Amino acid sequence: MTVEKINSDSGDEFPIGMRVLAVDDDPTCLLVLETLLRRCQYHVTTTNQAITALALLREHKDKFDLVISDVHMPDMDGFKLLELVGLEMDLPVIMLSVNGDTKLVMKGISHGACDYLLKPVRMEELKNIWQHVIRRKKFDSKEKNKTSKLDKPTSNNGNGLGSSGVGNSDQNEKLTKKRKDQDEDEDEEQENDHDNEDPSTQKKPRVVWSVELHRKFVSAVNQLGIDKAVPKKILDLMNVEKLTRENVASHLQKYRLYLKRISCVANQQANMVAALGGADPSYLRMSSVSGVGHLQTLSGCGQLHNNAFRSFSPSGIINRLNTPAGLNVHGFPSGVLQLSQSQNLNSNDPLKFQSPMVPVNQNVQGMPMSAQNNKGVISVQNLTTVFDAKTTFPVSNKLPDPRPKITTSGSHTPDVGISNNALILEPRLQGTQGSVRIETLSSSVASQHSEYSLSLLDQGRYSDNWTSTVQPSVIPTNSYPSSECFSQTNISPTDNMASVPLQGGNVSCPSITSLSRQSHDAMTHMPSEGVTFTNRPGHISSNVRFQGWDGHNQDATHHSNNLFGSINSLTAVNSTAVPAGHTAANSALHRNLDFNFCDPLKMKHDRFVELTEETSLKQHQGNIMNQQKSQQSHFSSNLGSLEDLVSSMMKQEKDKMKLLDGNLICDDYSGGLSM
Amino acid sequence: MDKNQSRRQVASMKQSLFDQGLLDEQFIQLEGLQDDANPNFVEEIVTLHYRDSSRLISSIEQALKERNPMDFNKLDTLMHQFKGSSSSIGAKKVKAECNLFREYCRAGNAEGCVRSFQQLKKEYVALRKKLEAYFQLARQVGPQETACRSK
Repeated sequence: MTVEKINSDSGDEFPIGMRVLAVDDDPTCLLVLETLLRRCQYHVTTTNQAITALALLREHKDKFDLVISDVHMPDMDGFKLLELVGLEMDLPVIMLSVNGDTKLVMKGISHGACDYLLKPVRMEELKNIWQHVIRRKKFDSKEKNKTSKLDKPTSNNGNGLGSSGVGNSDQNEKLTKKRKDQDEDEDEEQENDHDNEDPSTQKKPRVVWSVELHRKFVSAVNQLGIDKAVPKKILDLMNVEKLTRENVASHLQKYRLYLKRISCVANQQANMVAALGGADPSYLRMSSVSGVGHLQTLSGCGQLHNNAFRSFSPSGIINRLNTPAGLNVHGFPSGVLQLSQSQNLNSNDPLKFQSPMVPVNQNVQGMPMSAQNNKGVISVQNLTTVFDAKTTFPVSNKLPDPRPKITTSGSHTPDVGISNNALILEPRLQGTQGSVRIETLSSSVASQHSEYSLSLLDQGRYSDNWTSTVQPSVIPTNSYPSSECFSQTNISPTDNMASVPLQGGNVSCPSITSLSRQSHDAMTHMPSEGVTFTNRPGHISSNVRFQGWDGHNQDATHHSNNLFGSINSLTAVNSTAVPAGHTAANSALHRNLDFNFCDPLKMKHDRFVELTEETSLKQHQGNIMNQQKSQQSHFSSNLGSLEDLVSSMMKQEKDKMKLLDGNLICDDYSGGLSM
Repeated sequence: MDKNQSRRQVASMKQSLFDQGLLDEQFIQLEGLQDDANPNFVEEIVTLHYRDSSRLISSIEQALKERNPMDFNKLDTLMHQFKGSSSSIGAKKVKAECNLFREYCRAGNAEGCVRSFQQLKKEYVALRKKLEAYFQLARQVGPQETACRSK
């Protein structure tokens, strides 16, 4: 059964000698896989640890063409690895699992997997995996040149291509379902591609939608009227160099989704508020509980599934995003919803997080950050609940105590769950409101020592960048001991939307577990890392992950950096699971650690400062890395690190952000969770 | 002759394993991977599997002992791993038992889990024995054994 694939597109040799990295904790499966691959005449490297795999990939970036990884691994979730690899190395990744549930497959695809194979793997399937490598290369350049509308057209193209690929595979494969994933992948790739502005090179630099840029965008849209806003006109109005129509188009798309989500959330929020009723700490609990339930209802909009985040993308919006948003971020949609809700709820909840960062407790706590604070931070709660439902659920199993949970679970990391709780920054929130809220939030948060897990919705989800990354938000439930509320500053100014109003320390801030923590590792899961804010005073989980806009955020995020830095540090602590890449991850992928958020609020400044200092270290690292990585634009979300979550959230928000200060719009990758 | 007889025996042994539904196509694929460079590939894989999975089996047993409450998630995870490993060698019946077990886990049915695990373990042990016998004989027969592939 030699694979004589020399035919077709690639020139000679390929796929023979294609260099594959195989990762699986089960030695039996790994050996079988290796043997099969060798039979296909690929060059195989194996490892049974995800961490090792990442290290290998990082060290020898050019030495591998393809990665095949198991989904369930003890040291790191396969999805996270997937994300990380996609973001950092932009390599095609194939997922393997015994479990072929549609949901899981969907999740894999959302996270950017090129394919999803069922174990036991068959030779025929492996014979075709080389096409992913080719496809990626081809699409990369092709997309750049696309001038047509980003979404559909490209998707179609992708589909077309995908189908051809599919067709081939179908011949050999019996699992058409898996093939479908390819199509989805195509779409994803295309979408991602659209974001790039440089059409000629394979490495398309991502457009970083800074706050400034986003503001311009929003004002242009508003000027034109949301219905009449077409990319070309927006582009003209914005008058920004180097911005292409495609960039605008994709951003617009996200923005629209975001708006939809908000309105959805608003409704949900109302419900939730009602449900939650009274305020206060029990609120949080309740919220988490009820939130969950509500989330369920909320999910109406977004369809949060309480169950282990299997449910993904509650809202159609999210669905649209190939990002795992749907999947991981359970809370995400809801989170988003939450955000909008919070707006409405503002009146009710002082805390309403402006930033939708719904601190979803990773643990069951699900207590949204704010929840703790009696104010009934409903908004927060809501958010969290939303997220919680999602994230918490899966997470909830986890530690109910405020331990910083970095939900890094090697296997099945809760990341998924958690991450969903992205901090949804409500972009729409009025600045003032937001700010107010944030303050309250922070204070409340601080007071309550509850763990908030902010699940940052995978910012990645929305981010265009995701192609594979997906969920940068990893929200490790770093419980923030204290009120480190990160003031997620209503970020209006910041790009990162993730303004989790966590004001420095106050909030036991959902330790936005630095997504970054895991970021690298967590990439796969990152998507929705819930940021759990635990009352730990020192925990600042910064979403380092934000894939934020590199560079831009640097300065702004200065604060955030600090925050995150601390977070990172925190997460570091927590994320034992996080492999070495952890720190790096934090820094690296976060594109933007937009910590800008903090600025506006300056709530607990001092606290914040402390936090920031800690985080700054990390942050800088991260920032730098982010910048570098931003190109990649993928969040490497740590397993559940808050940072990731935040970053993912931020990212998302970023895109959509626009609003005023307080409004955290988490669309896109604004990565950086500005706390 | 003896060799032929043995070979036939091996073949029929293998056939019966398939007929009884103990093995599936994966096993055939593994055999396909066996060649001169890798003459005992299948046996190696199977041995590796049993070594690795015995650890999983005892973990599951351990976890099943915790009754109040039973940690279904952990069980599910462990079983998931076990299933993956079993499917890699083509252990059909064992895999089916795994699925059953997981169903019980998802339903939170502790009794069901325990029962199904008992069954699973039985199947697991039975298959192991049979495979051991099979490989023993096959080794005696020699590499030609792979030529007689069952469908």
